[in-house]
Amino acid sequence: MTEERLIIPRKTNNKFFLMIAIGVVLLIAGILLMAAGGGAEHGEGHGEAAAAGHEAASWTKRLFINLWLNNVYFTGIALVGVFFVAVQYVAYAGWSVLIKRIPEALGYFLPIGGIIMIIIFLIGGHDIFHWTHEYLYDVNDPRYDPIISGKSGYLNFWFFLIRMILFFALWILFFNWLRRMSINEDLHGGTSFYHKSITVSAMFLVVFGVSSSMAAWDWVLSIDTHWYSTMFGWYVFASWFVAGLAAITLTVVFLKQNGYLKMVNANHLHDLGKFVFAFSIFWTYIWFSQFMLIWYANIPEESIYFLERLGPNYKWVFFVNLLVNFVFPFLVLMTRDAKRQMIMLKIVMIAILIGHWLDFYLMMMPGTMRGDAGIGFIEIGTTLIFLGVFLLVFTKGLTKASLVPANHPFLEESIHHHV
Amino acid sequence: MNKKFVLGIYDDEDVLLEAIENVRAAGTKIYDVFSPYPVHGIDDVLGIKRSRLPIVAFFCGLMGTSFALWMQIWMLGFDWPMIIGGKPHIAIPAFIPVTFELTVLFSAFGMVITFFIVQRLRPSLKVNVFDKRSTDDKFVMAIEVKEGVTDMSALNNLLRTNGAIEVNEKEVIK
Repeated sequence: MTEERLIIPRKTNNKFFLMIAIGVVLLIAGILLMAAGGGAEHGEGHGEAAAAGHEAASWTKRLFINLWLNNVYFTGIALVGVFFVAVQYVAYAGWSVLIKRIPEALGYFLPIGGIIMIIIFLIGGHDIFHWTHEYLYDVNDPRYDPIISGKSGYLNFWFFLIRMILFFALWILFFNWLRRMSINEDLHGGTSFYHKSITVSAMFLVVFGVSSSMAAWDWVLSIDTHWYSTMFGWYVFASWFVAGLAAITLTVVFLKQNGYLKMVNANHLHDLGKFVFAFSIFWTYIWFSQFMLIWYANIPEESIYFLERLGPNYKWVFFVNLLVNFVFPFLVLMTRDAKRQMIMLKIVMIAILIGHWLDFYLMMMPGTMRGDAGIGFIEIGTTLIFLGVFLLVFTKGLTKASLVPANHPFLEESIHHHV
Repeated sequence: MNKKFVLGIYDDEDVLLEAIENVRAAGTKIYDVFSPYPVHGIDDVLGIKRSRLPIVAFFCGLMGTSFALWMQIWMLGFDWPMIIGGKPHIAIPAFIPVTFELTVLFSAFGMVITFFIVQRLRPSLKVNVFDKRSTDDKFVMAIEVKEGVTDMSALNNLLRTNGAIEVNEKEVIK
């Protein structure tokens, strides 16, 4: 039998729980510090700030935006898992069969991500999205904003919420559909599940193409309500996709180092490495396409986005983002040998995962926290909590089925994969 | 001067790969193997070292990057400074597309030219086709016969026992 069952030892699970516990402690410490120290500071300067027309960031705001940031990031990775499987089906790919269960299991985070996202939006929507404030649409209010008001046909509370629920419902539906067929194939064999999966995958890709782009506008772009970029859907997709590929590759390496996935060899790693290498460049291409056009045209309402990000608070993130997500993987993964060695892949994948978290940080923080952002206990704490929960759900999903899709028609081809 | 070759004809990829291993294990040097299409894993069994062409590509690419940056910075920054779109003379983001293109161009042309030189490919080149069927549906393993050897039966046996459907001899005029 080619079946291979993953068993997560209690020790590993405890590590995930410890991760969450440390996260909670850091988060509480961060909140206390901010409520005590930062709050008092802001209290003094409050008169000025109010006069200047904007509020100083409170700890709740910082908490909400951090929850949002991590949720968008991890949901994106989960979604990319389903996307990756769908692409492999539609492309009739053989090589990826042995590692297919890993992207498949990533999708188990989707329901949790959906619930958290709806809750955060309902509770903390005002802290994250400027456009949710009613007074912006009231012509008689001094704070009336004609530009945002003009976008109210798309950006309004109910339509936003409906879109969010619809996207998650569709994603979860397709995830369950593909997953169920994959597991049924294990049980019953035959090629009918495979052919049906291709049809379902093709449908999902259409849904994904529209929904991922709109989700990017909704969840990330609308934070900077006045600003817009036609590259943005692609940009967020590219960032999600690279992070998702890095997560898949990292999991493959970890599982292999722990004695699982015995039939996965350097050739499969090579292909995963090529994927990450190529899409790091793709991300950079999108990044540059967005940056250069705005830089060249130099229209104030567009270039403000990059001026904020090149300001004193975010300048280092701006350049670290490019270094970690482009220069580092580009130079390190360029050679064939690097893509075939687990240690090199491990280093690069971890760097990319951190790098794309920073990328989302850079997309969200300047529009919400303005000059008050930083990477402190709250950021690290929330990220650790999310990472712990994500890993618990993901590894549990991995244990639910054999790591090798034993009856997949292309299994044999994948075993003999050679590059 | 004439060179003598013994040709083993194979009609199966897997048999061929095994035969190559066995022939090499028996201490016979294989001159070359001709196949109608690239065979997976044949480089390994033939003991062909990995190509160093990627290194050439990298340095040609680096040359392209440097040349493009130097050219644009010198032309637009020093030789004939112009204000374009209110940007500084040396506006790096505007130079990136050209730099990228020249990097690709240099590394691609560098690789092709290096390959031609290393392989001595030129218009006047005459290629000995050992067996025309190697462009159709047969695999041909060529073994050069050492000078002075006249008895081919040993080689013949070696190839036949390893699955050759046919063993021929061919003399090539150099």
